[in-house]
Amino acid sequence: MSALPRARWLLWLYGLYLALPIYWLVRLALQPNAAILAGEGAAFGEGAFTVANFTEIFTNPVWYEGFLNSLSYVAINTIISVSVALPAAYAFSRYRFTGDRHLFFWLLSNRMAPPAVFLLPFFQLYSAVGLFDTPLAVALAHCLFTVPLSVWILEGFMSAVPRSLDEMARIDGHSLPYFFFRIFLPVIRGGIGVTVFFCFMFSWVELLLARTLTGSEAKPIVVVMTRTVSASGIDWGVLAAAGVLTILPGIAVVWFVRRHLVKGFALGRVS
Amino acid sequence: MPETMPDNRAWLGVLPVLLVVAFSAVIPLMTVVNYSVQDIFDVHTRLFVGFDWYRETLRDPRFLDALVRQLGFSAAVLALEVPLGILVARALPRDGRWVGVLLVLLAVPLLIPWNVVGTIWQLFARPDIGLLGRAVNELGIPFNYTAEPLHAWITLLMMDVWHWTSLVALLAFSGLTAIPGQCYQAAAMDGMSGVQVFRHVELPRLKSVLVIAVLLRLMDSFMIYTEPFVLTGGGPGNSTTFLSQYLTTMAVGQFDLGPAAAFSVLYFLVVLLLCWLFYTSVIAERGER
Repeated sequence: MSALPRARWLLWLYGLYLALPIYWLVRLALQPNAAILAGEGAAFGEGAFTVANFTEIFTNPVWYEGFLNSLSYVAINTIISVSVALPAAYAFSRYRFTGDRHLFFWLLSNRMAPPAVFLLPFFQLYSAVGLFDTPLAVALAHCLFTVPLSVWILEGFMSAVPRSLDEMARIDGHSLPYFFFRIFLPVIRGGIGVTVFFCFMFSWVELLLARTLTGSEAKPIVVVMTRTVSASGIDWGVLAAAGVLTILPGIAVVWFVRRHLVKGFALGRVS
Repeated sequence: MPETMPDNRAWLGVLPVLLVVAFSAVIPLMTVVNYSVQDIFDVHTRLFVGFDWYRETLRDPRFLDALVRQLGFSAAVLALEVPLGILVARALPRDGRWVGVLLVLLAVPLLIPWNVVGTIWQLFARPDIGLLGRAVNELGIPFNYTAEPLHAWITLLMMDVWHWTSLVALLAFSGLTAIPGQCYQAAAMDGMSGVQVFRHVELPRLKSVLVIAVLLRLMDSFMIYTEPFVLTGGGPGNSTTFLSQYLTTMAVGQFDLGPAAAFSVLYFLVVLLLCWLFYTSVIAERGER
């Protein structure tokens, strides 16, 4: 039924719509800026070809330090989010306690909040405690949405594990910490992997908070990209090359979480 | 959940999350509320002004214009992406070895940093260097999104459809694959047409995933900042300046603490109100059945 020719057509058209802008990005990344501005050939293989744009990024400290800055706050954020979310998700999944439902949904309301609302206080708060322009400031700010996300996703995975596992460990005389770290965590390691992926993703793609909380020291790659204007105008080729490089990390790992993509984007509510 | 144990010691497990969220959400939100009722000259001189900033913000034509544009943008985004996402999800094959590959390809736009989405569309749509911009101009239709508000809007909407329709499609697809085959067999025996199958078999069962899809798209389109910031910078003029961008200019560009704080509180309340309206209307509809 789904193999109707009309459906195929739609799928092909939509695929083309998705692919064309990315094709153009890769195409421009492999052209010198002069050729781009001159509007040389639209097809691959036509006109000038160069890898100088990529060389520029790997040799210019402004560019590669931007990458390292981004990776460092993303890594810190992921570690904080997953480690605080693990015990909380276990509590939500296994126990009833005063206010648990309210708390669970209140976490979601943080995901709804526009980051721009938090801009002003974040700027002042992190400046006051001396964290401004450090990767830690961005990492903590991104916890605003990655912590609720982690709790929701992990809770979904943990609730899928039968409670008889907990019972058996108790009958065997294992303590809760022993059970949690040595038995339970290995069982849900797939879920932890998916959570790490989504923390990474959502922290990696964010610009507004990352830009506001950093100055010259910890400037992330996404910010470097918005400031590529030099005396001779914008170097489109280098900008496109940087774009290609920022897409790669997501593409590289998405295959391993493909079964859980929907779960992550829908906050663990859909399997 | 009958198997869960009542035990208030579980609060200890939630404590770390509460501490982090307190630092990253509660304290900042309290600060905003605090600023929004004061006139701050410097660290030591502040004056309680009550709701003055709120009154000023609600009368500010630039705020109201940005709000109207924002509502229009979110409505357009939902009207385009939800039907298209459902169509794409229905067109996908349900099984076979290509399904995994197709789903991953579909997800690619979701994994691209938001500013890079803006960059991609800037490079794609610019009339001087862009494939799309040049092609449209060569067809004899003058197209320049940096100068024409209408063109800027079309480009923005095309970009958002490109960026987020996959999310709706992935959600709808997961809903479709959960429909048991017997439902389709029964529909075929009743001699239902394709449209009837969709209306009576698929749509009712897709409801819960579509609620999530609409909620996510509503929330996220309402806080959109990065993509228009890169693509149009809010222009030409103010024609694509949405709430987040106007607020950012106020808060970081001009440091108008009081008005920016009042704006933030109102903005947050509008988002909460929209989500609550949507959520309760869905719950109420379910209750009637």
